[in-house]
Amino acid sequence: MEPAHDAAAPAGPNVPGPHPGAPAPGPGGGANGAAVLSLQHAAKAFGSVQAIADGTIELQAGEAHALLGENGAGKSTLVKILAGVYQVDTGTLLMDGQPATLASPAAAQAAGIAVIYQEPTLFPDLSVAENIFMGRQPLRAGRRIDGKVMRTEAAALFARLGVALDPGRVCRGLSIADQQIVEIGKALSLNARVIVMDEPTAALSAAEVARLFEVVATLRAGGAAVLFISHRLEEVFEICQRVTVMRDGRHVMTSELDGLTGDDLVRAMVGRDMPVRTDAERRAPGGQVLTVEHLTREGVFTDISFDVRAGEIVALAGLVGSGRSEVARAIFGIDKYDAGAVKVSSRGLRRASPTDAMAAGIGFVPEDRRQQGLVMDMSVQQNMALASLRRLGRHGLISSGAERKFATDWSLRLRIKYGKLTDPVSRLSGGNQQKVVLGKWLGRQPTLLIVDEPTRGIDIGTKAEVHRLLGQLAGDGVAILMISSELPEVLQVGDRILVMREGRLAAEFGHGEATEERIIAAATGQREGQAR
Amino acid sequence: MSTTLAPRREPPKAGPDVSSRRLTERVFRVRESGILAVLVVFVAVTAAVQPRFLDLANIKFVLINATVFALLAVGETMVVVSRNVDLSIGSVVGLSAYLSANLFSQFHGISIPLVFLVGLGIGLACGVANGLMVSLGRVPSLVVTLATLYIIRGIDILIVGGNEVVAQSLPGSFLNIPQDTVLGVPDVAIAVAVVVAVGAYYLRSFRSGRELYAIGSNPDGARLAGISVGKRVFTAFTVSGALAGVAGVLWAAQYQTINSTAGTGYELTVISAVVVGGVAIFGGSGTAVGAALGALLLGTITSALYVLGISPFWDQSIAGFLLLLAISLDRAISVRLLAALRLRSSRGAG
Repeated sequence: MEPAHDAAAPAGPNVPGPHPGAPAPGPGGGANGAAVLSLQHAAKAFGSVQAIADGTIELQAGEAHALLGENGAGKSTLVKILAGVYQVDTGTLLMDGQPATLASPAAAQAAGIAVIYQEPTLFPDLSVAENIFMGRQPLRAGRRIDGKVMRTEAAALFARLGVALDPGRVCRGLSIADQQIVEIGKALSLNARVIVMDEPTAALSAAEVARLFEVVATLRAGGAAVLFISHRLEEVFEICQRVTVMRDGRHVMTSELDGLTGDDLVRAMVGRDMPVRTDAERRAPGGQVLTVEHLTREGVFTDISFDVRAGEIVALAGLVGSGRSEVARAIFGIDKYDAGAVKVSSRGLRRASPTDAMAAGIGFVPEDRRQQGLVMDMSVQQNMALASLRRLGRHGLISSGAERKFATDWSLRLRIKYGKLTDPVSRLSGGNQQKVVLGKWLGRQPTLLIVDEPTRGIDIGTKAEVHRLLGQLAGDGVAILMISSELPEVLQVGDRILVMREGRLAAEFGHGEATEERIIAAATGQREGQAR
Repeated sequence: MSTTLAPRREPPKAGPDVSSRRLTERVFRVRESGILAVLVVFVAVTAAVQPRFLDLANIKFVLINATVFALLAVGETMVVVSRNVDLSIGSVVGLSAYLSANLFSQFHGISIPLVFLVGLGIGLACGVANGLMVSLGRVPSLVVTLATLYIIRGIDILIVGGNEVVAQSLPGSFLNIPQDTVLGVPDVAIAVAVVVAVGAYYLRSFRSGRELYAIGSNPDGARLAGISVGKRVFTAFTVSGALAGVAGVLWAAQYQTINSTAGTGYELTVISAVVVGGVAIFGGSGTAVGAALGALLLGTITSALYVLGISPFWDQSIAGFLLLLAISLDRAISVRLLAALRLRSSRGAG
């Protein structure tokens, strides 16, 4: 077993501390100018969905390179290509100027690429040192594991990273920040030259982020290239030297960060126009339907207060992980909350009781329709009737005639395309499945409808139809709370837009006040627009 | 988000790390020392009521009784640690016991080591079948081994029919195996202790052994780490089967009358012993030594009830209570441990 000390000699000047604006150990890091890794015009489709159309990124030794883009811009797909999880359909990959392929996670590892995910996948029952060296443990006579050497080597890795972590303890109970450090230690022990960090700071405290940045500086000083993905622009400016922006699966720009502003980056990330819901469609909202007061769930969301009125669509925007879905789940009673209150038409709802929420007239279309919204093996008809069984039954028995009539009725109104009502719902397209979930709740004639990412993974045509449908419902006086990560959708459909950031309401925009730039600024905490 | 950075931290100090390792190790050792403590208390209480319990003959009896279970527990530990389960071992014991004992009447003067080898071979074959279906067929082990539990027992019943092998048809040297002692300790107990030690050492100190823990701890992570999950799990089932085969021969020597019900229900006793012994039922942690101690504890309870004149019907209830106790204890320890580790983690990161 090789000790990890000789992992790649420093390629650039040894920069001890990461001061903002510290000179990058010049891209190229010296002798040859070839990039450590260069992915050019990568394309990857899943079925009919083009996840990436033109993925291009170039990493130099010793640089921290930011990858930016909205949700759905293709960053995650690009990361998984580099991790060897996905294979590109077309495109070329060069490592040190030589063509390379990453056929598997093991191949990517062998090529010197390490990926640190937002929530690392460690072995919770094993020690920190074993997690680093699993499958490569140092051996002594008789091919037995040399635990002492293993722990010493792990300690040496941590010393190089400048962090205090006991190599002998089990990983269970480590904070996410420490788990990432373990993964980084593993990357170091593998002599990784490219270290991809996929939103590593999303779940970290300020002190932990500071420590991570020190580690990134150490890695850079050691000649590694760091690909840093974050939604927090100020972090990007703090530790990165160059940036690549993606939008809709395409490379938009790559540039030195020097001389760029946050606005420049946001504009590059957004850069498109979408039609908005016409004012004629928007009416003056009626009375309050949903009132949320100081809702708090420790560590998830804090002090959330807002209301939704009859005939109004309130869009809840924010980054993935900002606590939007969790708030919705708490309102509907799926999750508990620690403090605060939820009222529907000024009647208080019981905590953690979906039954009570349904009785009060709330309908809930969850984010993950396959897992939570539908019973995939059951028929279209049964799925649609699922939330209205009490009304369709008599003496506790469900009348299949009534069920059929109910399903026919709603599928006509929602224009659902299906073969037979008795076909399993799994045969329908994603868009039509989503309509079935909508129909299931509309059949109960809700006074408040909560929809979480109503158009995720749906083709553009059906998307517009779902939007039309939501507008129609609002016109009929239903209060709608819509969670969406797609800014054009938020702007197009929402009458009022609430933005969450890190578990708190960060901003509220009326229709007409909001722009994509302002929402992103509020969601990422850039001090601009109307944040706070 | 702060824009200024905390001052660079000094290199890790040895002090807190060493003490914390002691803490974790101590808490983890509790699992085994806990069973040992229960065992000692149990023996002490029983002996106080009925001093006959500590007779040399009785201790010997208890040890011999526990050998079959301890042997099975080693194999089961390897399987359970990888987040699998082997329910077929009771049936394997039965099949191996009959077929190997029957050899003596078919081939007069057959050597005893050869009989043990045949038993091992039978078990190995069963284990290979289990392992192939789990690793290649990707069928959950619970389902696979539940099926082979019935299949192997069915084969056993087909072969045995209404027959049985009786002590008269077995050679004296075979029947004496459980009685032989070295310095008063039964040979069998020594042999099984060696197997337990080897199993424990393998799981602790070899890459492939550690990989079983990794697989049980995080199966997807194990695949991402490049561990050949199928191969390791296959090996675990093979070893479990082989040990069950050997245990079957031991069973025959011990009970001396073998019909088609031999070893029925042993799988549950062994899994109880393994869990009581501190092996996490969902894999990732536990040791072969703990599992063997669990087997010894359950065996001791059976004989203690007998010595105390308590109805053996209590035996199973007590085993069940112990299982609950073990699981609650395990839960309590892991909650405490987690809290302690979290605290340390936050201090370390702060």
